[in-house]
Amino acid sequence: MINSLNSIINKYDADPTRLMDILIDVQHKYDCISDEAVTFLADKLNLSEVDIEQTLSFYHFLSKETRGKYTVYLNNSAVAGMFGREAVAKAFEETSGCRFGEVSSDGLIGLFDTSCIGMNDQEPAAIINGTVFTRLTPFRVREIVNGLRKGLDPVDLQDVGLGDGNNNLDIIGAVVNNNIMKIGPVLSRDYKPGEAIRKIIQMSPEEVIREVKHSNIRGRGGAGFPTALKWEFCRNAPGSKRYIFCNADEGEPGTFKDRVILTELPLLLFEGMVVSGYAVGAEEGILYLRYEYKYLQKFLESILKMARRMRYLGKNILGKEGFHFDIRIQFGAGAYVCGEESALIESAEGKRGEPRDRPPFPVEKGYLNQPTVVNNVETLCAAVKVVLKGGEWYRKLGTHDSTGTKLLSVSGDCRFPGVYEVEWGFNVSQILEMVGAEEVQAVQVGGPSGTCVGPEDFNRTLCYTDLATGGSLIIIGKNRDLLRDIVLNFTDFFIEESCGSCTPCRVLTVMMRDKLQKILDGKGCSKDLEDLEDWGKLMRANRCGLGHTAPNPILTSLKNFRHLYEGLIPGKRGFDTGFRMEEALAEGRSLRLEQLKLQDHE
Amino acid sequence: MNELVNFTIDKKECMSTKGKYLVDAAAENGIYIPTLCNITGIQPRGACRLCTVKVNGKLTTACTTPVYNNMEVENESPELQDLRKSIIELMFADGNHYCPYCEKSGDCELQAIAYRYRVTVPRFPYSFPKREIEAGHPLLAKDHNRCILCKRCIKAVKDDDGRSIFAFARRSHKLTISVDTRLSHVMSPEKAAYAAEICPVGAILLKGAAFKKPIGERKYDKKPIGTELEM
Repeated sequence: MINSLNSIINKYDADPTRLMDILIDVQHKYDCISDEAVTFLADKLNLSEVDIEQTLSFYHFLSKETRGKYTVYLNNSAVAGMFGREAVAKAFEETSGCRFGEVSSDGLIGLFDTSCIGMNDQEPAAIINGTVFTRLTPFRVREIVNGLRKGLDPVDLQDVGLGDGNNNLDIIGAVVNNNIMKIGPVLSRDYKPGEAIRKIIQMSPEEVIREVKHSNIRGRGGAGFPTALKWEFCRNAPGSKRYIFCNADEGEPGTFKDRVILTELPLLLFEGMVVSGYAVGAEEGILYLRYEYKYLQKFLESILKMARRMRYLGKNILGKEGFHFDIRIQFGAGAYVCGEESALIESAEGKRGEPRDRPPFPVEKGYLNQPTVVNNVETLCAAVKVVLKGGEWYRKLGTHDSTGTKLLSVSGDCRFPGVYEVEWGFNVSQILEMVGAEEVQAVQVGGPSGTCVGPEDFNRTLCYTDLATGGSLIIIGKNRDLLRDIVLNFTDFFIEESCGSCTPCRVLTVMMRDKLQKILDGKGCSKDLEDLEDWGKLMRANRCGLGHTAPNPILTSLKNFRHLYEGLIPGKRGFDTGFRMEEALAEGRSLRLEQLKLQDHE
Repeated sequence: MNELVNFTIDKKECMSTKGKYLVDAAAENGIYIPTLCNITGIQPRGACRLCTVKVNGKLTTACTTPVYNNMEVENESPELQDLRKSIIELMFADGNHYCPYCEKSGDCELQAIAYRYRVTVPRFPYSFPKREIEAGHPLLAKDHNRCILCKRCIKAVKDDDGRSIFAFARRSHKLTISVDTRLSHVMSPEKAAYAAEICPVGAILLKGAAFKKPIGERKYDKKPIGTELEM
């Protein structure tokens, strides 16, 4: 083991800021990161064991205990639940002989839940040793598990046929579908690689920034910060080096548009990073890619290689003296919070993905304390089009304060789930018509961190000033149990994904969930609803966006679907009118019994 | 960096040097902003959220925000006081804090701040978690029941090579502080004493030192926390 650990460490120059890569490689090789490995890594990297474990234990896909020869990560997003996850999970348990959270006694199969893996338009889906399986049924599960028992590799079990577009290439070979349903300027087929780079090298970086500023484009991750301003701040901040990060950690349940861009238009994205690097004066770009998309690694690396060959990357790009820029891929290891830009930077530095305090902002002090731009995948792609066709062209698309187009990831109860590129300014009704959704109870705009709206809000528009969204649209039909199937699931998601640093986020989300459960169990009173509203307000004291929005599933459903909550309160009672004696005394009784047993023993 | 700046806290005119963290700048002006995770002189990390104030109408933590000219700070509005009180209550509800028999009672900042904010019964349900007490370290005991995960020990106590003796483990509500077994065995008594001293609660205890100072003579027994800097 020592030899291969050494070679992994040497591959990253024994650099502690590359701890994520090191841990991912160790996990990959041994199915776990054992105590011995932790001690060895600590000594070689001049860290303490708890330093290593601090990072290791933060990420969902890293583990000290073995997770089986084949590790099944079954998505537990609400939409997976809507399309039969329960039966699929049961089939996995029956065929593997272990429960979720366990490894089968022969060590062959481990079953684990995981947060949304970006396949909401083809659920239920799971990742088995890096291979993605979509549209699972109990029948498929039995085929897969039997195949694994026979010694087949997960890759050989994709006999249901590969997906469309590049998913069909040997180098990806995934049973994943793009489901591109509507094409706009970003997804358009008229993309000619290198055109934007050829154009910008005739311009000064300031001119590039000015053009992007004129387009009025704002960050597509959801927060909506003006892209050109970010570039300008970074360019002007003092620092010895600058960095461009592409945030490809799309973890918001129901979002999968970046996966489609990465599959179909990776060169467009990389070109966007080059443009951004030129504007900012950076020579290093890092694609922070979520671990769930590791199946795209070889493909993306081959595209990077090609870009270097075409001289879109490397030294003196396309002959422009002094214009150097290259890109590497940094993997995450399963943490929604790393989609927050400062948490993403912490993670890329080999640490737990805990958001930073601001100021300073990443544009001033980001990666390795140097000025850093973090841009969403879609933002960078749109920037290429802005550079090519001009800011004036772009700002004519969309609305006055939300210019351009937005890629929507549509999933849930509709006939045509998939990716739609639309101009900002569509209202919810129009979208529902577009995607073939009738009998709609609610739409979750912007994923769990967004807003749950009902029919009375369907005339509201998608834009930064009304219904802002990073692109996730989950449609919930009238037949669904909104509170149990959606709100509870989303709240559990935030509990699981909190970094735990801020007290309200760590503690209060759990208490709000328990209160929701109390109401669902028919034990609620109207004071509970007031408590939920009051407690939700306290979450604004948290440091980051995750903490601020974690109560949103409860708060927005309470606002827009209050009747559902009230209908669960027996007799409309105002306060708890009693308690169950048996339940209240149960813990004391069990302790007393234990004590008696001990006495008997003595 | 010695540029002077004028700002207001609850409309009171204040003055300090530019770039100083608000919590320290407020102290200079005789205004107490409660903190549990901050240690002056060490890079702040806004973990406990207790020092939450409003700067120009926006919530932020005073321990991480540098002061600048014409900054308008809201510190003791009923809204903020209640927010802080609820954070303190959350800490009590989330752990197992039994002041009457805790070795830190009287020196405990959480207890002192709870008194200051007149906490009686938390509005949140007690979660009565089952947590460990680690007694295997030679000089220290780590009582996870009382830990509020403020990060002080993580930030302030490192070994001579800069390696962590204390670190976070896991995330979400499963977050804990772990103590490095190898390093805790070679830790100097001075370092151990420092770790116990900066722990705002009784979660890091120096073995053999409990109750050396009698109850009644402790830091917050005579004067409430914060009054030492209030004018």
